[in-house]
Amino acid sequence: MLALEGVSLSFGGLRAVESASFTLAEGSIVALVGPNGAGKTTLFNLISGFLVPERGRILFEGRDITGMPPERIAALGLVRTFQIVQPFARLSVRENIAVGAHLRLAGRRQALAMADEIAERVGIAHQLDQPAGELTVAGRKRLELARALATAPRLLLLDEVMAGLNPRELDDIAAVARAIRAGGVTLLLIEHVMRAVMSLAERVLVLNDGALIAEGRPAEIAADPRVITAYLGAGAAERMLKEGARA
Amino acid sequence: MRSAFAIALVLAVLLPLPWLVHSDFWTNLVIMALYYGFLGQAWNLLGGYGGQFSFGHAAFFGTGAYASAVLQVSLGLNPWLCLALAAAAGALTGALIGALSFRYGLRGSYFALVTLAFAEVFRILADSLGFTGAGVGILIPLKESAANFQFASKAGFYLVILALNALGLACAWWIENSRFGARLLALRENEDAARALGVDVFRTKLAAITLSGALTALGGSFYAQYFLYIDPAIAYGPGVSVEALLVPIVGGLGTLFGPLLGAAALQLLNQLASAAMGEAPGLNLVLYGAVLVLMIMFMPQGLFGLARLSSRRLAGRAG
Repeated sequence: MLALEGVSLSFGGLRAVESASFTLAEGSIVALVGPNGAGKTTLFNLISGFLVPERGRILFEGRDITGMPPERIAALGLVRTFQIVQPFARLSVRENIAVGAHLRLAGRRQALAMADEIAERVGIAHQLDQPAGELTVAGRKRLELARALATAPRLLLLDEVMAGLNPRELDDIAAVARAIRAGGVTLLLIEHVMRAVMSLAERVLVLNDGALIAEGRPAEIAADPRVITAYLGAGAAERMLKEGARA
Repeated sequence: MRSAFAIALVLAVLLPLPWLVHSDFWTNLVIMALYYGFLGQAWNLLGGYGGQFSFGHAAFFGTGAYASAVLQVSLGLNPWLCLALAAAAGALTGALIGALSFRYGLRGSYFALVTLAFAEVFRILADSLGFTGAGVGILIPLKESAANFQFASKAGFYLVILALNALGLACAWWIENSRFGARLLALRENEDAARALGVDVFRTKLAAITLSGALTALGGSFYAQYFLYIDPAIAYGPGVSVEALLVPIVGGLGTLFGPLLGAAALQLLNQLASAAMGEAPGLNLVLYGAVLVLMIMFMPQGLFGLARLSSRRLAGRAG
């Protein structure tokens, strides 16, 4: 589905992503984790075309998408959400989602109908007529997801859609994510909420200082000494282990 | 659908006006209001709905006016044909300026400055080239007949500018109800988010400025036929650029009827001011400056936004 081959990018002297290589199998849910500043969002920006790698190749469904602009990558079916939510603030929730739906649907009426349907699936149907700028953080995260989903993607990159949500909202979104996957969409998610990673992801990729340091099933990753080392500075390793044991 | 009905209603109400007022003075006033409303709507398509603030719409206006005047005076083409050719010239100018500035990602004040610079370059060219009549300008010979786009009564011009307004409103309605418009509004709100959803920002902006340029040029062609004289300062001077953006800002950016409302309000203000203070040259520009500052400070949504807000408040109170 997606393959990265030695993808690298540096900002000045800082190596943001260093020779990242991995593949994603179709229909899987994979989590990308790592301490703050590890380069996760940069990696998303590279895959979605907002940044162009200095070295390496990115293949999506066998096609080389390295250096393609984001809108063309999105049209191919690879769509991302933003960590810092970017709603079209003065448009209504319905109009926001319809922008995504228009990627596949030319008709205004069809796109608006699809927006209603997607809003239902993501759980923001009661807010369809509100301006997106008036939504709460949780609402905006869902809108971000809904817009991306409306483009009928094949691969969805979700950048911290669960950050800042309370446990109930977390379970809701996790259920939505599973339903999306059941609909045939492959998911790659950046997530700090370990509870979600452990329960949702089938595979975990660990990024540290721009390099992939570990890869495996969530339980294996939680016990991996390299991962613990990477997280220890932030004091997160123990917490991660505990979360892993509980899950 | 409701907004399409509103457009039809407004046009139907306006249609018989010249035969009701029986006065050249008032008909002229309404023609000028509709003319500014049309220019404002043309600007609104790009600036209001698309969020790309141009300070140089005179580049399109002047190109339309000159295309119309030069083609009929030098080549003897029919002025109605010139009207269509003016639109084509405006579209071309829009596409050219758009391709150059959007290709290099110019936004906000940089885009505004580039459009201003283009208008100034065109003004200087028109001032020095021979076929534009240079500084003397072009006088269109008087040949009154409807076939010649020169009407004996003001009612004829009124119908033409009303038809142009219908066209402008139809374009705005289309933007509010189409995929193209949804994409234009999305990129106005957030370009990166729009691109992430597959919106080709460059092509969408290019289409918007091409359309806006074509309509503005139609306004230029209308001006040339109505006044039968243009020179570089009239056609390419900053006056038109300022009025084109002031009208929708006063009336309500990115709204269907904002430009018409803004033009009517500014015409009224202009008349009141000259009645109170006489026709001092440059007075209207001082006034426009003051209005612009006040609107942006206290009423950034414009008159139409204000009307919508208060109707929502009333509805909220009723519910």
